[in-house]
Order: sequence, then structure tokens, then C-alpha cells
Amino acid sequence: MAGFSPDLAEIRFGCGLSPTIAPPTSTQAMLQGLQGPDEMAQRFAIDSYADYETWLTATRHLRKGEDPQDKRDKMQALEAFKKARRDQALASLGWAMQAQLRWTWTGTGFRERLVSFWADHFTAMGKNVLMRTGVAPYVETSIRPHVAASFPDLVIAAVTSPLMLHYLDQVTSVGPNSRAARRREALGGLNENLAREVMELHTLGVGGPYTQDDVRQLAELFTGLSVNKQSGFAFRPAYAEPGAETILGRRYGGDPARLDSVHAALRDLALHPATAEHISRKLAVHFVSDTPDPDLVSAMTARFLDTGGDLVKVYSVLLGHPAAWAEPLRNVKPPQHFVGSAWRALAVTPERVAAMRPREIRQGFDRPLATMGQPWLTPNGPDGFPEQDEAWVTPQGVAARLLWAVNVPQTLRPQLPDPRAFVDQALGRFATDAVRFAAAAAESQAEAVGLVLASPAFQRR
Amino acid sequence: MTRPFTRRGFLARSALIGCSAAASPFLTRISLAAAPWDARLVVIVLRGAMDGLDVVQPYGDPDYARARGALAGGPQNGAAELDGFFSLHPALGTLMPLWAAGELGFVHAVSTPYREKRSHFDGQDILEAGTDTLGAVRDGWLNRLLTRLPGVETRTAFAIGHGEMKILGGAAPVADWTPEVDLALSPQAMQLAERIMQEDPAFHAAFAEASMLAGGGMGGADKAGAHLEVAKFAAEQLRGDTRIAAFSINGWDTHGRQHKTLIPALERLAGTLTSLRDTLGPAVWGKTAVVAMTEFGRTVRINGTGGTDHGTGGAMVLAGGAIRGGKVHGTWPGLDEASLFERRDLMPTADVRAPAAWLLHGLTGLDRAAIEQVVFPGLDMGRDAGFLR
Repeated sequence: MAGFSPDLAEIRFGCGLSPTIAPPTSTQAMLQGLQGPDEMAQRFAIDSYADYETWLTATRHLRKGEDPQDKRDKMQALEAFKKARRDQALASLGWAMQAQLRWTWTGTGFRERLVSFWADHFTAMGKNVLMRTGVAPYVETSIRPHVAASFPDLVIAAVTSPLMLHYLDQVTSVGPNSRAARRREALGGLNENLAREVMELHTLGVGGPYTQDDVRQLAELFTGLSVNKQSGFAFRPAYAEPGAETILGRRYGGDPARLDSVHAALRDLALHPATAEHISRKLAVHFVSDTPDPDLVSAMTARFLDTGGDLVKVYSVLLGHPAAWAEPLRNVKPPQHFVGSAWRALAVTPERVAAMRPREIRQGFDRPLATMGQPWLTPNGPDGFPEQDEAWVTPQGVAARLLWAVNVPQTLRPQLPDPRAFVDQALGRFATDAVRFAAAAAESQAEAVGLVLASPAFQRR
Repeated sequence: MTRPFTRRGFLARSALIGCSAAASPFLTRISLAAAPWDARLVVIVLRGAMDGLDVVQPYGDPDYARARGALAGGPQNGAAELDGFFSLHPALGTLMPLWAAGELGFVHAVSTPYREKRSHFDGQDILEAGTDTLGAVRDGWLNRLLTRLPGVETRTAFAIGHGEMKILGGAAPVADWTPEVDLALSPQAMQLAERIMQEDPAFHAAFAEASMLAGGGMGGADKAGAHLEVAKFAAEQLRGDTRIAAFSINGWDTHGRQHKTLIPALERLAGTLTSLRDTLGPAVWGKTAVVAMTEFGRTVRINGTGGTDHGTGGAMVLAGGAIRGGKVHGTWPGLDEASLFERRDLMPTADVRAPAAWLLHGLTGLDRAAIEQVVFPGLDMGRDAGFLR
């Protein structure tokens, strides 16, 4: 029966093989790494959401500083506003590069994988020009510190984050009978978007035991969750629908409305048996196979329920199960992980990244990822990017990967490695004769390295 | 520029190294796919909110010149005369032969059901979802159309170009490709890639298909002509088994200096339509309907920077030999302040989905009930205004 092996651990559960960083030695080491200090976050910093809010507030002031009576001032304010936006776009490119460097240099690849997984599970995006760059700070603040916490804590952090409240329209949802709505009719009413997605996507799953009435009740309970002028989280009792709500047969809230009631409902949803199964299956699909072993899923589900959703305990079952180590390699890396693991195989240096021009980053990172089907941190909708391999193994996707592999690595690492050695560095014991042949027979080093990275043996994990 | 990797070359080389692309089950399926219906539909999403009032200019409206100020057009300002009430922006002047031939038309004062917030993001989402409200579904209306039609194969519908087309996303199989992916590797690298892909059937099938698509004689899509590459690629597919193609033309968000900033987008639109007609050839163009839609229109009055801001009612563009052109369809609401939506935007007098619905009905034969319940849930198609010949 299959079991742990360092190469497979790094390929399937980490960021791919590195020529300089040793793969994990045991599943225990992988789990301990999650609980140790987050060295990569320190070394390759990304703004917190609080820093991002400071920028947002300042930029909104710039935009409001326009004086319609004074054309010159207006033009100046507009220029300053445009510059702030340009600066922010550059900062955003920088965050994407920091994330790549984390993938390249981490000794705890499992953490980067979990951050990516949960950021996608709790997809949130900015819906206007100013907030479009907020995803990386959101992930840094509301996801990353919680990937080894309990699932209820993770749910609360993600669902009540300012970006999520904005993305799923909670900020516009007002209790129809709330004090605020009775004072000003123009405020509008209930918006069910966040409540529905919390049940359908974040916790119970689309097949879960909830009804439209539960969605409505949860939406009423959520009224009051909002953001203040500085874009920080705020709970506004005046916007909350009066009275208690009943969700999945349990009563929450009452008067006065309190944030604790929202947290209590989120905790219960996060620990529901349907949630345990939904989350366990999704983890197994992501890390192991599109059609995971039912025994693996049920073992994870049981541990989830036994431990109050202690995520490290659930990961421990995943890593300890023989089905998790089955060979050959199976899942296809999504484009973001394909590019990240290629950076790691190439050992791209921070010095090289610091010297990159924005145009180079757009051409070598942003656009290729979009062509491969996975624009950076920008999925189609709140359900995130697809897990199924078929979504990625398309003519355009495969061609875009091949083109990236042949053209971009030489810009990331001007002195490319010897292709024959690179086969073993990048693929370990999964190297095949066809890849060895191609690496030796290619006309140029760039094509040889590209063919290794484009090979199915590198694309799967 | 040499194309080292043509389709024929690929097949020949594949045979040499012991693998025929034609033996790939993926390719075989495509080559045998029967066309489920014969008409062609091209849907263009004009992202950024096209100013319908500046494209199809209601110069005959008594309030037009005053409301539009410096942006007022009309034949006296160089626009092309359409019907005595509307004129066409000069940057679309190259399309006047199509108008004269009845192969170019417009629908004015239309919008999606989306109101008030005027966000591009939301507006495009609802336009592509084809629903009454935001977030009601996750798929696009063109994809739901496919789920209701017989004989649909992957190649029946193509999403083309860089950037996502939610309008075609969903359960039904669709193909996507951007001509920007120019597989111009050395012949030897392609042979070696073929060899390593052979180890994995899924990757191999996708690679073989990509090689064929990239080998169709496309250029390397230089930046200035990328939209023409998209149009040519779309037309080449539509000449074959493909029946629906969807792509985007961006650059309509003209908040400042609109007299200049709108022109590049209009030129891309004109170039796209001309290229589609020329590449499709008379026979296929004759059974083609092109519809270009945008998320919403723009404000009637110009803003402080010579542009227009996000509005509501706008215009849609119809083209092709299958449509009944030479006509500006729709009910004109007027531009006096009381007739405007929220006293600022062109009042929508029809749902932008209704003309699209009648096109789908006429082109594919799908019955009205399926269109109103599945493709555009909640839409009342109303009366057929005769958008098709």
C-alpha cells in the first residue's frame, strides 16, 4: 500500500520540488510546520487589510476632493487620484510577486497550499475600481492566519471581513423593519446574497439541508453586519431586523441585535454534519483526486465532527490516509500552482524579482495566467475556480502553459539550469523517459526547460 | 513571417513520429459533429458601457443638441445620415455600405433590468447571465441556450479572445481559444512536445487540438490588430461546424475627452464587423446575425471632463445578412428632462434581452417558452419587431 514519500509530499501537498529546499521528512513535520511561525509572511510581506483600508480612505478623499466649480482644482485632484490608482496597481503586482516568492522559498509548502485553497473557498473580490486590488490584503488578514485554526474561526474571519461584506452585498442589506429603514425608506431592504452563499458555498454545501426560508432568516440575522466609512468592519444594530431568527430549527438573536448572535449562527453552521462532509470532500478533491476514496472523506468528516472542526486534526487524517498517497500523480495543477511550482523549480531569486519592470510582470505573469484560465485571484464568481481537471486541460490552457514554459523561465532566471539535471530537480522520481529524451534533444536550453515544465509529469500532482 | 506549424505540417510530422492526430478521439468527434442548425450567431460584449447616444445620434430630437453640448453630433457635424432622425458616429462611417445593404441595424433605448447602481461589474454580470436580478444563476444565457438545443458539440460554440466570457459559461460544452496563443515554437520543439504529451491522453488530446487551432494561418496578433485576429478566427470557425461565437470589444468607458477616446473602440467595432463579413464570405454572412450589446448606456449630459458617466438606456448593434437592417428599431423615449431616467440617463423603453431573444428564436427555432423560462428567465419577449429577414 502506498504511503508517505518526501517527493510526493512536496509535489501533492506542497509547492513542488525545489533544487535548494528539502522536501518534508514526515507528515508530522508537515503539520508542525503549520503551527510554527509564518516565516514567509515575514520575509515576503503583503499589506494587511488595515493598511489597505488606510489607502482606500485616503484615495476616496482624493476623489471627493474634486470641486466642480474650479476646473483647475478638479483636474489636479483627478491627477492625484489617477496616480494613487496607478500606485495601487503597482503595489498589487508586487503582492502577486511576493506570493510567488513565498511559493518559491517556503519550507512549509503545505501552508501556502492551504492559504490558496481557503482563499478560493472563501472567494471575495472588490466590485469597483478602487477595491479591485483588495483581494491579497483580504487573504493576508482574514484567511492566512486562520488556516490551522478551527473551521468556525475561519468562517467567522472570512464571512465578516469587510471585503466579503462588500463582495456579497451585505453592506447594502438592511432589515426591512429596522430602525434605520423606518427612518429612511430609500435605504432599501434585505439582500440575501451573503446568507445564501454562506450556506451554499462556505458551509453546508449546495446539497445541504437548508431551505429558502433558512436563507431568508440568516439574511435577516446578518442585517447589521456592515463596514464603516474607513471600510473597516462595523456592526450597526440600527440596521438589524428586529426579533429573533430561526435557522435550521435553532433560534438566534433578539433585541437588541448583537454580533454574538451572528457568530453563534456561523459557528453552528460551521460545525453542522453537512458542513463537515462538504469541507472534507472538498479538501480531498483538491489535494488528492477529483473522485476521492469515500473512506478518506468519511474518516476526515468523522474527525472534523469529533474535534469541533479543528483543521489541523482534519489535515492529519488526510495526510495519514493511504489513499492520499496513491500513485501515479493525478490532479492537474491549476495555472496559479503550475506557475508557482515552476518558479520554485527554477529557484527564482528575490533580487531578480526586484529588478522586474511592471510590464515584464504583466507579460510574464498576469496575462499568461489569464490565458491559462486563471487570472490572479479573480475567479468567475463566489464559487471560486474549478477543481475539475477538465477545466484546465483545454486546448487553450495546454497551449498557454507550453508557451509560458518555453518563453518565460529565461526571464525569471537568465542563466537557466542544465536541462538534463533540471529533469530530476523538477520531477524527482516522477521523471519519464520521454521527458528525459526531450530535455536532451531540444535545440535550445529554453525549449528544453520549457518541455520539462510543460510535461504532464510536471503538470500533475 | 513563416508559420512553422501549420495544420498540414503537424499531421505530416505526427505521422513521422508515429502518432496521427487524426486518430485522437477528441479530433474525430469534432470532425464528425453534425451542425444542429444552419444559421450563425455572433455575440459581441461591448465592455465598459458604450455611449449609445454618441454612436446612434438622435439629432432629430429637439432636446438633443442642448443636452449633449460639446458632444452633439448629427450630419452637420460630420456624422453619417441614417434615417432623418438618427445619424451614425463618423468613426463608424466605413459601415455605411452595410447599412445601405440592409445588413446593419440598431435597437435604441434598451437596457438590462439592472438599475441605479451603475457598476460595470454588476452590469456585465447581469448582461451575461441574462437574468432579472444579480446573482440568480452562475451560468451565461448563451450556454443555457445550448443546453436546450440538439446535437451540440464542443465546437458548436466558441468563446474567443483574451478574457472571460461568462455569457458562454455553464454546463453545455463550449470551446475557447484566443488567437494570442500563437504556438510558434520550433518544429523540433513541437515534435518533442507531441512526444511528451503522448504519455497522457487528456493532455495529448488538448495539445493536438491546440496545434490545429493555432495552425490555421493566424498571425502573431500584434497589439493593434488583435481584434481583427479575433474576428478572423471567429469567422474561420463559423465557416465550419461552429454556430455561435462570442467575444468582447473593450474600451467604451469614456469618462473624459469622449470626442477622442470613443474613436478607437468604434474603429475596433467597425473593423471587427467588416472583417467578419469579409472572412465569412457571402454565403455564410448571408445566414449570420451579429449582435453587439453593452452593460448600460451613459449619461445624457456630458461631465466636467468632456466625457460621460455611467447611465442606463443604451443602444445595441445588429449586423449580418440574416438581420433586417437599414433601420433603428425601438421606441424613442425623448431627451427632455422629464423623460430621462432619474433625470440623467436615457430612459430604457425595452429590455435588451428581447431583441436577442427574437434572434435566438428565429435562428435556432427554439420555442418562445424555453427562451422566456430557461435562456432569459423572467423575460417577456413581447411582440416580434422583425429583427430578422
